[in-house]
Amino acid sequence: MSVIKQPSRRAFLRGSAAVAAGAAGPVAAADSARRPDPLITELQDWTSYTGAGVDETPYGLPIPFESDVIRRNVEWLTASPIASVNFTPLHALDGTITPQGCAFERHHSGAIMLRKEDYRLMINGLVDRPLVFTYEDIERFPRENHVYFCECAANTGMEWAGAQLNGVQFTHGMIHNMEYTGVPLRLLLREAGARTDDNLWLYAEGADASSNGRSIPMAKAVDDCLVAFKANGEALRMEHGYPVRLVVPGWEGNMWVKWLRRIEIVDTAVESREETSKYTDVYEDGIARKWTWVMDAKSVITSPSPQRPVRHGPGPMVISGLAWSGHGRIARVDVSGDGGITWQTARLGKQGDTKALTRFYLDTVWDGAPMLLQARAIDETGYVQPAKDRLREKRGKNAVYHNNCIQTWYLNSDGLAENVEVS
Amino acid sequence: MLKYPSLPASAVGRVALIAGGACALAALEYNAGLAEAAMDAGRIPQARLAPAAAGPVAAPVPRFGGPLGIGRPALEEEIAAWDVDILPDGRGLPPGKGAVFTGETIFADKCASCHGDFGEGVDNWPVLAGGFDTLADEDPVKTVGSYWPHLSTVWDYISRSMPFGEAGTLTADETYAIVAYILYSNDMVDGDFVLSHENLADFEMYNRNGFVIDDRAVLEYGDWRADPCMSGCKETVEVTMRSVFLVNTPEEGGSESVMNRATIEGLPVFSANGPSFIPDARPGTGAVAAAATEESGEESTEDKADRLARDGERVFRKCRACHRVGPGAGNASGPHLNGLMGRVMGSVEGFNYSGGFRAAREQGRVWDETSLEAFLTSPGEFMKGTKMSFSGLGKKGEQEAIRAYLGRFREE
Ligand code: HEC
Ligand code: HEC
Repeated sequence: MSVIKQPSRRAFLRGSAAVAAGAAGPVAAADSARRPDPLITELQDWTSYTGAGVDETPYGLPIPFESDVIRRNVEWLTASPIASVNFTPLHALDGTITPQGCAFERHHSGAIMLRKEDYRLMINGLVDRPLVFTYEDIERFPRENHVYFCECAANTGMEWAGAQLNGVQFTHGMIHNMEYTGVPLRLLLREAGARTDDNLWLYAEGADASSNGRSIPMAKAVDDCLVAFKANGEALRMEHGYPVRLVVPGWEGNMWVKWLRRIEIVDTAVESREETSKYTDVYEDGIARKWTWVMDAKSVITSPSPQRPVRHGPGPMVISGLAWSGHGRIARVDVSGDGGITWQTARLGKQGDTKALTRFYLDTVWDGAPMLLQARAIDETGYVQPAKDRLREKRGKNAVYHNNCIQTWYLNSDGLAENVEVS
Repeated sequence: MLKYPSLPASAVGRVALIAGGACALAALEYNAGLAEAAMDAGRIPQARLAPAAAGPVAAPVPRFGGPLGIGRPALEEEIAAWDVDILPDGRGLPPGKGAVFTGETIFADKCASCHGDFGEGVDNWPVLAGGFDTLADEDPVKTVGSYWPHLSTVWDYISRSMPFGEAGTLTADETYAIVAYILYSNDMVDGDFVLSHENLADFEMYNRNGFVIDDRAVLEYGDWRADPCMSGCKETVEVTMRSVFLVNTPEEGGSESVMNRATIEGLPVFSANGPSFIPDARPGTGAVAAAATEESGEESTEDKADRLARDGERVFRKCRACHRVGPGAGNASGPHLNGLMGRVMGSVEGFNYSGGFRAAREQGRVWDETSLEAFLTSPGEFMKGTKMSFSGLGKKGEQEAIRAYLGRFREE
């Protein structure tokens, strides 16, 4: 017991130095400890002094040590941060649920602050009864819970032109995955006596200055769309459409209209700016694809990745990543370490939900040799995520949207990963 | 123009009935499905507590047919205020008109600061004019002129969403004039053109036939929905391109990207007869486990040499990412290893060795069994500061095997 001393500032400093060395050095501390670890043998401040009281943090934020786990933007991508995008820190997250505070944002005229009291939702057009709902009205409809991914159609869009930004946050971070609480859209339609013939459209519009509006075919609208007001158990965040947004499972994020203020039943697609000038895919011959709504199966390794180098050196290693498909459930994920010559089937963290992120793991032993890491998603319809060059053969390089190709990280023997393209 | 002239007048009356207060719900005519659902709701507690209840407890909301009487009728003025979207055939357009000449002035005043006097775009702001015949090019220029299929969209978007920061402030006539001017700046109309609710819908845009409906299901899904290859899927794999930008992620947020100067030279080549790269997490497996098994019984010296060299070939997979051997082998990220035994350390022409190896060459130190074993056991300990980042050969038999293998390649 003689080693236990009074806690001191110096002991604390020594303690944190030991942590820093342990984190940076490639040698695992466990089998190389020759001297007793002061973090164990010396009384630490946190073990001696009392911590924060329950009245200190009425709504908690992540501990300061995690302050690098944040959304990040790339300034030069757009003319103004108000009509722009930032990216989810996928490299630092695990499991499948994206915390709202670091879930990517995409606005066309900025995120607005709209009070529940000022919220109105109108349904008009080809309906028997044009109606106006308040926020409270929405909460009186029967509601459901579903986990869904929301992916911007432009996620990975830069990569059409080749390996661009070095980080999974930037190549794949225009996606988040939340548990929504909301009213099935068809209940609101029924309420207004909307015509729901298959040849009709639902035009959904937001209350912000971009008045983003998208046409949704009726079959989808009455199938699984939700008018959501909660995400991950709490109110939506301002940047995700507080107080009410549309959820269009498996389909491109731009259709998930935020600050949803109006639903119009129409006999034609509106052909709004967001479904003509944007969110249409120009193929090599200059002909554009419109109404490319569904997000095809896709996956990416989040660790190791450029922002998550391997620090522990050779030995046991977990390769981890995310897979998803707008067509349904993820059936399987394969991982390759040699750029696609050989594949091995990964383990799913848990059986994934339909149209939701699924976590996969490959538990392996790294021998320290360089690798070309790839993941390949296969969904329940048998769709296999295609290689980059094969997707380019079909579409060229100018499609901007819907790039769901296989991503490659080159892991060198120092454990550093880089975004690359392979033959 | 009215969008839905056929809406029955009686609809409004029915709404009033449905939303007519607290007792409206009771007065509603539920269909059979809803009545059933309501009764079910009363039974839920027992049903769910019943221990024998099989099947999932979670269920979607019931598919009942009738309205619940939530919400209130939308007034005509309210619909008029919010239902302002314009359909491709011009339905929804308010009456009005505007000339190119008028539009030029308004555009200069309200739009040019971002989009340029002629729609050419200032800095990174969107370009609105030009780009014709570029859609099949490397970098297509998609503008109102070159890309947008319907003129209704231009009117709709500008009237609702522009100018950026003051959306919804343009009058109908101003909007007609601005749209006329954008057409003019795209050389699509003459200077005396006047746009109105009467001629807008008939205006034929340049790229009106440039769109087809999503055909991924036809063009692609058949190819992608095939059994995936699991091994030997390619002969070799090389890195063909490295990340253009390296990204720093500073504490304060955002990101800083800098050009990546690294080239693909010297990066390893992966091949089909290479190691099945990802060993299981199970202990005791791995590429060289075979080399470690003790041979029993008689074996000729020749057989043994052959066997060792074969094992060594397998061990060399750990080196192949950085070293080449054999006829014509050159330097990769490590020097070639032909004729290694007896070779002066750090002596391969054209390879840029670290200081330790350069000093060793000065001293004329030579590779032999002992030095190679020491180096390959722990490169960093044998040669301080070596560039060879390799954790060392630790498994039984690996050293002997790699020596036997490398011994077969003479200096050319
Ligand atoms: C302060 C800068 C600014 C001003 C002023 C401005 N705009 Fe814009 N404009 C933008 C931005 C930013 C976008 C893209 C918004 C987005 O990303 O959704 C845009 C988009 C557009 C587009 C669609 C471009 C495309 O290819 O999809 C049109 C058309 C347009 N503006 C017209 C106008 C007109 C007409 C005016 C004047 C009445 C105007 N703008 C004033 C910034 C501006
Ligand atoms: C990650 C890349 C890498 C791997 C893997 C690697 N080496 Fe090296 N090797 C190098 C580099 C770089 C040098 C030059 C060292 C220096 O200049 O400090 C080198 C040098 C050597 C040398 C000295 C050559 C000379 O000319 O003096 C030998 C011998 C050698 N390596 C053998 C091996 C063997 C055997 C293996 C596999 C068991 C191996 N290396 C694995 C990169 C590697």
